[in-house]
Amino acid sequence: MARAISTNRKALNTAAAGTLGFLMFFPILWMIVLSLKTEEDAIRAPLEILFSSGWTMESFGAVQARSDYFKHFSNSVIISLGSTFLGLLIAIPAAWAMAFVPGKRTKDVLMWMLSTKMLPPVGVLIPIYLIFRDTGLLDSRLGLTFVLMMINLPIIIWMLFTYFKEIPSEILEAARMDGASLREEVIYVLTPMAIPGIASTVLLNIILAWNEAFWTLNLTAAQAAPLTAFIASFSSPEGLFYAKLSAASIMAIAPILVMGWFSQKQLVRGLTFGAVK
Amino acid sequence: MISPAVILLLMWMIIPLGMTIYFSTLRYNLLQPGNSPFVGWENYFWFFTDPSFSAAMINSLVLVGGVLLITIVGGILFAMLLNQAMWGQGIIRILVISPFFVMPTVSGLVWKNMFMNPVNGIFGHIAKLLGFAPIDFFGQMPMASIILIVSWQWLPFATLILLTAFQSLDQEQVEAAEMDGATWASRFWFITLPHLARPITMVILIETIFLLSIFAEILVTTNGGPGVATTNLTYLIYVSSLLQFDVGIGSAGGVVAIILANIVAFFLMRMIGKNLDA
Repeated sequence: MARAISTNRKALNTAAAGTLGFLMFFPILWMIVLSLKTEEDAIRAPLEILFSSGWTMESFGAVQARSDYFKHFSNSVIISLGSTFLGLLIAIPAAWAMAFVPGKRTKDVLMWMLSTKMLPPVGVLIPIYLIFRDTGLLDSRLGLTFVLMMINLPIIIWMLFTYFKEIPSEILEAARMDGASLREEVIYVLTPMAIPGIASTVLLNIILAWNEAFWTLNLTAAQAAPLTAFIASFSSPEGLFYAKLSAASIMAIAPILVMGWFSQKQLVRGLTFGAVK
Repeated sequence: MISPAVILLLMWMIIPLGMTIYFSTLRYNLLQPGNSPFVGWENYFWFFTDPSFSAAMINSLVLVGGVLLITIVGGILFAMLLNQAMWGQGIIRILVISPFFVMPTVSGLVWKNMFMNPVNGIFGHIAKLLGFAPIDFFGQMPMASIILIVSWQWLPFATLILLTAFQSLDQEQVEAAEMDGATWASRFWFITLPHLARPITMVILIETIFLLSIFAEILVTTNGGPGVATTNLTYLIYVSSLLQFDVGIGSAGGVVAIILANIVAFFLMRMIGKNLDA
């Protein structure tokens, strides 16, 4: 039974929540503002920046000119997409088998897989670093793609498992009764039902891989550095170039921010391993 | 069909883990190539007696504890507010959760330079406007500054999960209690909080796992300093292994970090396991 809520109350809620939203979003908003200013304007007092200085796009060009921004951007794209799709390739059969043909040990296997995610990265930093150094994988996109795939694999398997589990097996039986072959069953019945779950998994994992900032910082130098590592190069003294730092940052977070907005629900599910829905 | 995944994860776990444990018993420095003799527990001894170790342990605890406190209390309040009837709820929710999608190096640098810089940062300008001396955040209160940055990133996570939990709260139960004359406080205490107990525990455990590994935010803002004021366990191990090239001591630290994380993981796994019907 829904109760009528007075307009006043609603306006008050909106004002309070809106203020909160504005405050939380403000650092991102401020990056956008500063990225559209000249370096001289970007370090003035906040109100002066807003009202008494002009707007320009020059910082975006300057970031690309100063260092090959596009290279780092494409590194990020290749590494996050690559690790996600490689992970899917391995995870889909595994999750599929565990969801549809569960055995006695399925639960243990799932829990064990998840436990590998709990391993702190710093605990295996030295071996991975040395192995990569000796095999020439240090500062290579291939090596980083592999590492990110491995650290996200438990989450991919786990998420796919919870989605596949929701596909009712009665539907498969019904299709079989209607005379569908195994091939038809997979193509026309299973795949369409599995695609939303797979899409959510892909989305969440691209976000996680894009923002990963332990391995990307420790295993790359100039060549394979994705955006996380590139932005870190602003730590000093270039960090004082506010407009350029803002422009580089905005370009680095914009694609993932938009993806994140579309994946709120999956985020809860993926990051709590299905324990909160 | 699960064997490729199992084999890969097994290799990923056993090989580096075994190597870390093995290295932790050797006197092994990359700057001194040649023989690396077996020294047993010596590295652990050096690691534990290093004054930076106890500092790093305390810093790790303060960092995790501080962020947890802010994100849980803030998350409950945020979620309660966002759960009310309002206009533009979707957009407001998007604004609130956005910080979670900002990569750690960006949030570290943006806060450090554009907000906390005593000369050009916004906080500095506000202080000047109000007639105070600007605060040198990373000089005077380095750990609090890091906690603030990390909390900004993780508040959205806590909010989002707790909001999801709020939405599954049985409204009829609340209304029944209301009709029986329960006050707002007792409704919150006896119905809402017990309902939130599980999600809050999940948030605590998951955040702890991630917060123990905070690295990038420290690297781009303070480099662990001043002194070791913001060096957590993760950063200390990074310094001894990749900056001082001491594989032995770094590995001993790695083993300590693994044991610590496993204590948290044990409870987290039990909670997840209870909820899993496989």
